[in-house]
Amino acid sequence: MVTVFVESTVPIEREADIVTARQKGRELAAAVGFSGTEQTVIALAISEIARNIVSYARRGKVFISPTNDGRRRGVLVIAEDEGPGIPDIELAMRDGYSTARSFGVGLPGTKRLMDEFQLESAVGRGTTVRMTKWLR
Amino acid sequence: MSVPILKLAGVLVASVQAALSDQDLMRLRDEFASQIGRYRSAGIVIDLTALDVLDSYATRMLQSIANAAKLRGANTMVVGIQPEVAFAMVQLGLSLEGVGTALDLEDGLAELGSLTQQRGHRVR
Repeated sequence: MVTVFVESTVPIEREADIVTARQKGRELAAAVGFSGTEQTVIALAISEIARNIVSYARRGKVFISPTNDGRRRGVLVIAEDEGPGIPDIELAMRDGYSTARSFGVGLPGTKRLMDEFQLESAVGRGTTVRMTKWLR
Repeated sequence: MSVPILKLAGVLVASVQAALSDQDLMRLRDEFASQIGRYRSAGIVIDLTALDVLDSYATRMLQSIANAAKLRGANTMVVGIQPEVAFAMVQLGLSLEGVGTALDLEDGLAELGSLTQQRGHRVR
């Protein structure tokens, strides 16, 4: 049997889209071969990052795809928005830092869930989070 | 999908069967707060056995449900959090500080039963 890994892009415009995105992430993680626990960890990371889009940028999208670096297979998640951006990335990545709408775990917590985590943001232009989890 | 609330031995029980939207959680909180008065319930149980992810928002809402219930005189037990869900929450840094938890519905009801009894003794 040939397993086909399908990438997908989930538009994030409403709170209900968060559930769709994390379900897609879990399905793909399962297809790539992640354990139940790791599928849950990936789904939770997607949930948090998609919620950031709804809370701060109102709309954006989450791209989920299988990936590999030649040695390992994994799942790549890219969350993009054209929202207000993050003025102080260093502060936003500090553990325990929270604004009214995030709940104190925010970005540093999400980073802990994944193996790789990159955040790019420009004030007034938007934010892109790129994160990867590798299959062990 | 709204969550039905059942009455079981004087306790209000909500068994969550699907992914919860923010609206579902808010509705559940309001529903609990009013039913606690209507049925004079001393406890509520939220069964999350079927839930596959508990994120920071849902965690915060559960805490808010428990706080509102407390102010109405009822104890809350969150039961059935699956092992992988618990693991992922811990890794993210989430906890259910101040909310009672139990392994499953049976344990949750037993725990509420003994809490209610203690309260009864104090009154007498």
